[in-house]
Amino acid sequence: MFSGFMVNAWIVATLVAIVGAAVGFFVVMRGSAFVAHAVPNGSFAGAAGASLIGVNAILGLGVFSVAGALGIGLLGRRGRHDVATALTLVFMLGLGALFLSFNTEYGPQVYSLLFGEVLGISNNQLWPTLALTLVCLTALAMLWRPLLLASVMPSSARGLDPFKLELCFLLLVALATAMTVPVVGTALIFSLMIGPAAAARAFTVRPHIALALAVAIALVIVWTAIASSYASNWPVGFFVGVLSASAYTVGRVWSWSRRRGALS
Amino acid sequence: MSHVLHALIEPGFFSSSPVRLALAIGGLVAIVAAVVGVFTVIRGQAFAGEALGDIGASGGASAYLAGVPALLGFVGFSVAAAGAMELIGIQRVRGRDLATGIVLGAGFGIAALLLYLGTTYDNTSGATVTILFGAIFDLTSSELPLVLGFGLLVLATLTALYRPLMLASISPELAAARGVPVRLVGAAYLISMAIAVALSAVTIGAILSTALLVGPAAAALRLTTRPGRAIATAAAIGVASTWLGVLLAYDSYDWTASHKAWPPSFFIVTVVLAVYLVAGRFCQSGRRGRGLSA
Repeated sequence: MFSGFMVNAWIVATLVAIVGAAVGFFVVMRGSAFVAHAVPNGSFAGAAGASLIGVNAILGLGVFSVAGALGIGLLGRRGRHDVATALTLVFMLGLGALFLSFNTEYGPQVYSLLFGEVLGISNNQLWPTLALTLVCLTALAMLWRPLLLASVMPSSARGLDPFKLELCFLLLVALATAMTVPVVGTALIFSLMIGPAAAARAFTVRPHIALALAVAIALVIVWTAIASSYASNWPVGFFVGVLSASAYTVGRVWSWSRRRGALS
Repeated sequence: MSHVLHALIEPGFFSSSPVRLALAIGGLVAIVAAVVGVFTVIRGQAFAGEALGDIGASGGASAYLAGVPALLGFVGFSVAAAGAMELIGIQRVRGRDLATGIVLGAGFGIAALLLYLGTTYDNTSGATVTILFGAIFDLTSSELPLVLGFGLLVLATLTALYRPLMLASISPELAAARGVPVRLVGAAYLISMAIAVALSAVTIGAILSTALLVGPAAAALRLTTRPGRAIATAAAIGVASTWLGVLLAYDSYDWTASHKAWPPSFFIVTVVLAVYLVAGRFCQSGRRGRGLSA
């Protein structure tokens, strides 16, 4: 499990958990779970397209997740936000289906792209992932105060253009997508974003502690998922999805029992 | 004239039996999805629709493993997911997306496992692609009665609930004050939506199924704010998009040298998005701010 080719997987997975949970913290604060689902899921088309023309999957994922984020941001400005998100998502997935049908050799890879694969991480993905991690964390640190303020009380965030902030946030989700997808898969990455962060918020209301806790929970989830996937050969996404939902359930039960304790 | 017609519609389009079946089932599904979708858009439940469709993929995969019609699997899992969402409180607007997302994550994770088992079961990825992205030309005529039955069930439910549901969708407070059992009506609606999404998954695939649910309805609500007219317009847009998509997919066989038809799901989804965008051009003048516009 810790042999040479798995070292990459462990390093990348650790970075993925940190960035996923940190971005997810704001996804939960802003209540934009749908966007966090749509951007990574739609970027599937990018990976399929990249494979078609033979470039690095991260590039394709990056281009399509940014395009999707911009599409959602711009369409959502004039129409209903959830409708715009849904239609952007299905259009990108439709494109993915088209690319897929062009490429006959691509078949088996669909699966690992959608639902993740531990062995899918090669050496040439290590450095781009590391670079994207640094970019994401720097951007997050810079946007920390305005995002937090706008998420907690939108009316108080004076002097901030909500549309610009929303776009920045969407781009952040897009960047996180491009780097996290190869491990967990496009379908389940949002689960890793919202599960740990939602669970952490059940335990504490203080933002810094909640963020740290979310990262810790995400690390446990990803490490467990990779170890289980390695042992059973089942898809990583399955373990991530189920463990994230379990973490959330534990958080809900905890806050529910605390409330009952406070009342009695 | 016949040249133009030939360029638009490849010869043999109407005499091919897979095409006829695709048009029949596709049209039927589009009507049901669009009618249900009008309420989805008004209630702002597009994410729930998306989630139900994605979770339906596990149903499609287990139906494949069990060897029963995919539609039964889609319906079974979507309806179960609707029940789970109802249970953990999808009715409350606050935190609703989060609850939906958590259910979706768990359901999609299970879909991953089931599809994986299905892939290792017969060593092809064909089933995965069919379940996720649909294969409208591969439908069999034995599925028509099932689609018809579920479709009529949904339409009958919505007809019976029409007035209370519309009131509860536009103004839950007013509906509650008038004695409408808002929660019960919402739950019945959620189950209807689950069935509609499952039907849509049969034609354009589980993860694209929201397109037929939300797209035509949102476009129609941009064109008119009257509920009855919006429902009729949405159904017309849904059927037209599906049929145009099927036609383009059929024609695309001759577009490339390799003679490989492009996936119908791609065309249907693209047409739906295009109609939504074009409808946006017309919406500004007619908007009356009654909370119905999409």
